[in-house]
Amino acid sequence: MTAVLPITVRDLSFRPGGRIVLDRLDATITSAGITALIGPNGAGKSVTLRIIDGLLQPDDGTIRFGNRLPQDVRRALVFQRPGLLRASIARNVALALVPWKLSRQAIAERVDQALVAVGLAHRADEAARRLSGGEQQRLALARAWVTEPELLLLDEPTASLDPGATEEIERLIVRMARNGTKVVLVSHNLGQVARLAEDIIVISRGQAVEHGPARRILSAPRSAEAQAYIKGELPWIAFSETRTACSQP
Amino acid sequence: MMQATVAETFAKLWTLDKEVLAIAWLSLRVSISAVVLGSAIGIPAGAVVAITTFPGRNGVTAVLNAFMGLPAVVVGLVVYLLLSRSGPLGTLGLLFTPTAMIFAQTILVTPLIAALTRQMIEDADRELGEQLRSMRLSVGQRARTLVVDARFSLVVAVLAAFGRAVSEVGAVLVVGGNIDGHTRTMTTAISLETQKGDLPLALSLGLVLMALVIVVNALASLLRSYAMRTYG
Repeated sequence: MTAVLPITVRDLSFRPGGRIVLDRLDATITSAGITALIGPNGAGKSVTLRIIDGLLQPDDGTIRFGNRLPQDVRRALVFQRPGLLRASIARNVALALVPWKLSRQAIAERVDQALVAVGLAHRADEAARRLSGGEQQRLALARAWVTEPELLLLDEPTASLDPGATEEIERLIVRMARNGTKVVLVSHNLGQVARLAEDIIVISRGQAVEHGPARRILSAPRSAEAQAYIKGELPWIAFSETRTACSQP
Repeated sequence: MMQATVAETFAKLWTLDKEVLAIAWLSLRVSISAVVLGSAIGIPAGAVVAITTFPGRNGVTAVLNAFMGLPAVVVGLVVYLLLSRSGPLGTLGLLFTPTAMIFAQTILVTPLIAALTRQMIEDADRELGEQLRSMRLSVGQRARTLVVDARFSLVVAVLAAFGRAVSEVGAVLVVGGNIDGHTRTMTTAISLETQKGDLPLALSLGLVLMALVIVVNALASLLRSYAMRTYG
């Protein structure tokens, strides 16, 4: 299910009210694995994700998914804080199928499968807003899962979660990626990026300043922006190096 | 004299005076019908205005807000002109009937429901709109989803409309004519009976009206707190 590749982003510009958010951003995603978008706050990562999703329209530029038209690609976007209805877990998942016009039985079957996948099937009738943060995010992934997306876009899906919940979400993301869904992830958690991503696009001031394999970018970023960002976001590296240096005889 | 009035008032209520019940029933029938019709029009209209952008949207919002305070007697006058024998709807023969009163009260409460709905759905859209748009829901599907999600808040809009309808006197008086046993509501009866000096009847109707408003609001409050406990 990698028919969405390559994802080609050309000269993407977004200037709401004249303010430059994206400035002719170029990127070509060819890896079937998870792609991470990293960069400082306000760099344009989330906006890029929303434009890829079709939620926002760019002022200039194009996005292509292989040889297919954007509207033909099944995409799902998971937000940092999922919007949940005042309804049951099952009803929240079924919401994603409203545009599909399926029969009630088909919806119930799909919802059940998605909830089984994320481990919430036994709580299908509980109120969604009563779930913990991690469970809400699992629900959000079920809501994406139920539409069998070819492209899954994740906007800091674990930003406010504890390590245990983060691990569960990461496990689900990996499972979806292994099932053939192309995943593009925005994250500030470089540990998570190191665990999940095959390639990284570094975005700074509305431009893609570096794109390459995750291991190489995290260990030896070439651009000044990527170096500054990775150094700033990984104080534990400096701390670890200091401690190692101190412990040497 | 005051003691006698109070005693007679409670006697009327205690014995379930037929006249009081008939007037209260007509009032309820007219106001509830108007609120149901007003909700059927105002809730979808308010929701669509809340989640769409179109030229003149701000103007529509301003008009809706302004019409929340429509003078009831003016609405009654306009409906009277529409339904009078020489008016465009005169052939229907509705003037001085409960249907005319429902028509007038529907015009009165629809903008109120639409304006409050617009505000509530706009707030709900701020919270859920991006999520719903990313799921490719159409405008109609989004409006319906948000209305269902905000259903417990919308009860407030419907209640406000009921309060406005059941307590107004101007519109029903002009288009209903306050005909005994036919179009006499609690408010028009209270007004008339006070002028006639039949204070026990006026007072008992006033107490029924107050009790109705209090009970309906209490029920709505209970519903909201139940919903918050259940759905978060």
